[in-house]
Amino acid sequence: MTESQMDIPLEPSPKIPQLSADEIESPPLTLATLTWRRFRRHKMAIFGVISLVLIVLYAYGGSFFVSEKYANHNDTKIILQYPSAKHPFGTDTIGRDILARTIYGGQISVLIGLTAAILEVVIGVLFGALSGYFGGLIDALLMRFTEAILTIPTIFLLLVMAKYFGGKIPNITFLGRTYSGSVVVIIVIIGLTSWPYLARIVRAEFLSLKENEFVLAARATGTPTWQIIFRHILPNSIAPIVVAATLGVANAITLEAYISFLGLGVRAPTATWGNLLQGAYSYIDKGAYWLWLFPGLLIVLIVLSINFLGDGLRDALDPRSRTV
Amino acid sequence: MPTILEVTNLKTRFNTPEGIIYAVNGISYHLKEGETLAMVGESGCGKSVSMMSILGLIPIPPGKIVSGSAVYWGKDLLQMSERELTLVRGKEIAMIFQDPMTSLNPVLTVKRQITESLQVHTGMKPQQAVERAGQLLEMVGIPDARRRLTAYPHQFSGGMRQRVMIAMALACNPSVLIADEPTTALDVTIQAQIVELVIRMRQQMSMAMIWITHDLGVVAGLAERVMVMYAGFIVEKASVDDLYEDPRHPYTLALLSALPRADRRREHRLKSIPGAPPNLLTEPKGCPFAPRCELAFERCRIENPALDMVAAGHEIACWVDVRTGESR
Repeated sequence: MTESQMDIPLEPSPKIPQLSADEIESPPLTLATLTWRRFRRHKMAIFGVISLVLIVLYAYGGSFFVSEKYANHNDTKIILQYPSAKHPFGTDTIGRDILARTIYGGQISVLIGLTAAILEVVIGVLFGALSGYFGGLIDALLMRFTEAILTIPTIFLLLVMAKYFGGKIPNITFLGRTYSGSVVVIIVIIGLTSWPYLARIVRAEFLSLKENEFVLAARATGTPTWQIIFRHILPNSIAPIVVAATLGVANAITLEAYISFLGLGVRAPTATWGNLLQGAYSYIDKGAYWLWLFPGLLIVLIVLSINFLGDGLRDALDPRSRTV
Repeated sequence: MPTILEVTNLKTRFNTPEGIIYAVNGISYHLKEGETLAMVGESGCGKSVSMMSILGLIPIPPGKIVSGSAVYWGKDLLQMSERELTLVRGKEIAMIFQDPMTSLNPVLTVKRQITESLQVHTGMKPQQAVERAGQLLEMVGIPDARRRLTAYPHQFSGGMRQRVMIAMALACNPSVLIADEPTTALDVTIQAQIVELVIRMRQQMSMAMIWITHDLGVVAGLAERVMVMYAGFIVEKASVDDLYEDPRHPYTLALLSALPRADRRREHRLKSIPGAPPNLLTEPKGCPFAPRCELAFERCRIENPALDMVAAGHEIACWVDVRTGESR
C-alpha cells in the first residue's frame, strides 16, 4: 500500500454534496404508481389493455365513419352477401351492412357492460361496507338478503324479467342515439343480479380492515362514521373492488350476449353483438359464416381482453406481492 | 388550577364466551388543567381500557361500562351519546396510540389525515387546513414539513410517524392529551426525542396530559403526579417526587426495585416480582396484589383495601405500612 492510499481522509470531501437520510427519497409511491409498475410486467394484461382500447375505439370511433342510419338501412337486393370490399363483413338477412351493425352493436354491448358493472359496484360496495362495518343485526339482515339473491339462478331471473319488462319500457334518447327501452331493462337486471358477489368480497375486506388501529385512531380524533367507512376503510379495500368491477364488465357483456341470443334481450332495431348472433343462428349450417363469425369474434375478443386485464390487475394490486 | 376531568369509580367489564373479564374495577382520579398525570402498570392492568372507556372507544357489545362517571368540564362523558362524543374526541380530548406503524392509514397522505381532523372539528376551509397542517408538522419537528405533507405514512420512520400522530392529535388544540404508551414501540433515543417534543408542546399549548406507560423512567422526566395501577385497581397515587422517594405500596416498591440501575453493583441479581398477574376472569376478592406480596397477611386476602391518604397528596390502597411491615 502506498502512502497516498493510507491518507484517505475520513471526512467526505466537501465538494461532494452529502444527502441526509431524509433527502434520499423517491417521489411518493402512490398505490397507483406501484400498481402500474407491477402491471407493466404482465404481457397478457398489456395485450388485454391494448386490444380493449382498440375495440372501444372501433365501436365508438367507427361511428364517425359510418352513420347509424346506414347501419339500419336495409336493401333486399343485397341480402346475404359474402364479405367484399364494399361490405367488409358481408350483409345480413335483410341486406344491412354487418360491419356497420357491429360498430353500433359494439357501442351498446360496451355500454351495457360498463353501466351494469357500475350499478353492480355501487350496490355491492354499499351492502358489503355497511354489513362488514356494523356487523350484528345489520350484517345479518343484509347478508341474508344478499344470499337470497345469490341463490336465484341468474339466467332464469334474467330471462323472466327480460320477458316481462321487455316490451314495456319506451325508447329513450341519450347522447344523440335512440335506444330501445330494453337496453335499460337489461342493464338494470344484470346490475341487480350480479352485485351479491362483490358485496361478499367487500364485506370480508371490511371485517378485517375495521380492526386496524388506524380506524381506532380515526375514531379517537372524532371522525364521523360515514367518513371512516367511505374515506378511510374503503380506499384500503379498493383492490378487490377494481378487479371485480373489471370482471363484472366482461360478465355483463357475456350475459347480454347470452340473453340477446335467446331473443329476450335487446330488441330490434337496436343492434348488439348478442342479437346479431341471434339473427345468425338459423344460418350456421347454411354457410353464411360471416353472420356469426364477426360478432362472435368481437365478443370473444372483448371478453378475453377484459379477463386478461382483470388478471393483470389482480396480480398488480395484490398487497402481498412485494416486487416493483 | 381547576379540575377539568374527574373520574369516579369507573368499572369496565367485557363479556366473553369464557366469562366476564374484570378489566377496570372502580378507579377514581382527577386531572387538573395543565397538569401531567402518569398512569403506570404492567400489561393488562387496565390502563388503556380505562382511558378508552372514557372516550367511548371500547367496543360495547363485548364491553360494558358497568358504573362510574367521567366528568369533563361538568359533563359526564360516560353518559354522552356517540354523536356528542365525536365532538369531544380530537377537539377536547385527544388520544395517541402505541404503535405508530399501524395508527396511520396507509393509503392516505399525511396531509389528508391531519386536515381531516381540522376540517371535522373546526370550520376550516381546505386551504387553511393544509396551511395549518404544514405548521403542525413543522412544530413537531418534521424536517421539510411542507413537502412531506403529500407523503404517505410508509415513507416515514417510526419516530417520525409518532410525531405525525402527535401533530394529528394536537391539531385542534385539545385540552387533554391521552398518550397510550406512545414510545413503547420506539427505540430509546427516539423515545427521548418524543418526550422532549411532548414537553415542549405541553408548555406551548398549556395542555393537560395523561401518559400511560409501563416505563418508570419516562414517568420521572415527564409527570407531575403518578397513579400506579394493578389488575384494574389503583393502588397508589402520589406526586412524582413522593413516588420515587417514598413509595408506600408494596407493588410500587417492587416495581422500583425491579428497575435495573446503572449505579448498582453488578453482583446483585435483578429483582423481579414472583408470581403472575391475576386472572381477570375471576371477580376480584381481597387485595389483588396479595398473592405476590411479601408483606401480605390474612386481612389482605379477604378484604380489598380502599385508597387511603397517608400524606399530603399521597394515597395508597394497602393494609400494611411498608416502612414497618405492620398493619395500618
